[in-house]
Amino acid sequence: MLIKQISIFVQNKSGRLAEITRLLGEKGVNILALSIADTTDFGILRLIVSNPDAAEQAISEYGLTAKVTEVIGVAVPHVPGGLASALAILNDKGISIEYMYAFVTKSEGDAMVILKVDDNFTAMKVLSENGIKLLTPEDVASI
Amino acid sequence: MWNKEVETLPRDKMEEIQLERLKDTVKRVYENVPFYRNRLDEAGVSPDNIKSLDDIRRIPFTVKDDLRENYPFGMFAAPMKDIVRIHASSGTTGKPTTVGYTKADLELWSECVARIIAMAGGTCEDIAQIAFGYGLFTGAFGLHYGLEKIGAAVIPMSSGNTEKQIMIMKDYQSTILVSTPSYAMHMVEVMEELGVKKSELNLKIGLFGAEGSTEEMRAQLEKRWGILATENYGMSELIGPGVSGECVHKTGMHINEDYFIPEIIDPDTGEVLKDGETGELVITTIGKQGIPLLRYRTKDITYLIKEPCPCGRTTTRMAKIQGRSDDMLIIRGVNVFPSQVESVLLGIEHISPHYQLIVEREGFIDKLKVVVELEDSSLLESFAQLEKLEETIKHKLHTVLGLSAKVELAEPRTIERFTGKAKRVIDLRK
Repeated sequence: MLIKQISIFVQNKSGRLAEITRLLGEKGVNILALSIADTTDFGILRLIVSNPDAAEQAISEYGLTAKVTEVIGVAVPHVPGGLASALAILNDKGISIEYMYAFVTKSEGDAMVILKVDDNFTAMKVLSENGIKLLTPEDVASI
Repeated sequence: MWNKEVETLPRDKMEEIQLERLKDTVKRVYENVPFYRNRLDEAGVSPDNIKSLDDIRRIPFTVKDDLRENYPFGMFAAPMKDIVRIHASSGTTGKPTTVGYTKADLELWSECVARIIAMAGGTCEDIAQIAFGYGLFTGAFGLHYGLEKIGAAVIPMSSGNTEKQIMIMKDYQSTILVSTPSYAMHMVEVMEELGVKKSELNLKIGLFGAEGSTEEMRAQLEKRWGILATENYGMSELIGPGVSGECVHKTGMHINEDYFIPEIIDPDTGEVLKDGETGELVITTIGKQGIPLLRYRTKDITYLIKEPCPCGRTTTRMAKIQGRSDDMLIIRGVNVFPSQVESVLLGIEHISPHYQLIVEREGFIDKLKVVVELEDSSLLESFAQLEKLEETIKHKLHTVLGLSAKVELAEPRTIERFTGKAKRVIDLRK
């Protein structure tokens, strides 16, 4: 039930993000969630998209350094403390989060969050045991 | 004049001395350096064949690679028991070009440097602040011994710690500054930032070397410091500083011709050019014992000036260095070859073999930036790993170059590709 994420190495040059998003748009790829972290020289753009395979192909053909990784998507109640309860479960099991970011859109009362953790399998197990809804690729694609 | 007799010798007398010493030098290396014996045998030249100064043209050139291939001591013409000092400069593969001095060489070196200091107006009354780095680099020690020889008071500051340099300069009332021109520029900026006025100092003479500079830079140095800025020339293979230097008239650098025979050649054909024509400087050392070099190709582009100088010295002068016949860069006084950078980068995973060197001048300090392409996507999950990659490259470059460089990761195929000779260097200093 993991979700495919695409990480792209981006130089800090004006117009780079515009160019990459334009490229995806032309291929009919919809961006569902994104995060960008940067230093002064470069950044890593992480994307969850409607059709990851098409996106990966387009980006590789374009010649960017990119990688597909599997991450966990969770739906948490869109109320104060909603995310905290999910994170507490992971923390109790000693699973650390490398990075996380939220979806651009939300569905019926739930907020959707992407988590990158050091142990996908255990994280998924404890989250579902504790009643946290995990997103499937189909859930994501239907957004 | 430090040595009026030698520095004003009539041409015929100078040539007599040169021929005598050239013969001795050829004999010395033929007998003591297997490399030279083979080289001269192959060229069909024996020491007895050197009968006039023109016979020097029969001798094959020596190049930096010859020193590298005979690393570390294969070119020495004196036994280690007679060597009292070893210096080195950066080489193209991380192995430094190593040179050795006998006691007599150190004496000769001090003599040559003393003449250059006196040419620029230095005397025993002076207080000289040496802001060259002490170490394997010949610059600091060369000036140090020369200044002591003329009786100046030497302050061995070494390079760096600029605020302290200014404090010492003000408190000790230093009259001579020894440094690279670019560091002198940086120092004067710091001085101005600190609110120290040049009138609070007592600086009179700048002895600048180890890297080239322009007349515009000299004009700035003279104005902002309120000094006479002179330039001198040398390289560790030849002896260090002391090969040539400017007198107060600044009409080219007077060569210490009784120890160094200059020639100018066409760098492509090796043909000796006429006086006044611009080409590569070739020097034969004719006094050194530790590591004499025959017709050493300096790769520096200049021309010789034989017209009389108003100072009265009769020695041949060389013009300011106009450029290099190879791709060597001089950054903050340190020699950098793109091939050194390449050797480092090729040994590192995750990046492509393409790179670009960008040399910039920020304020008056040279900065080297190395741009490499990130090719491998396996590091993309972690910022820490990417930053570690940058750090690793930086560290390895520093080990090989002896210089800190900024490393920038770029996207694949963003560095220009070349089908012919690659232009990997962008020098924005000019």
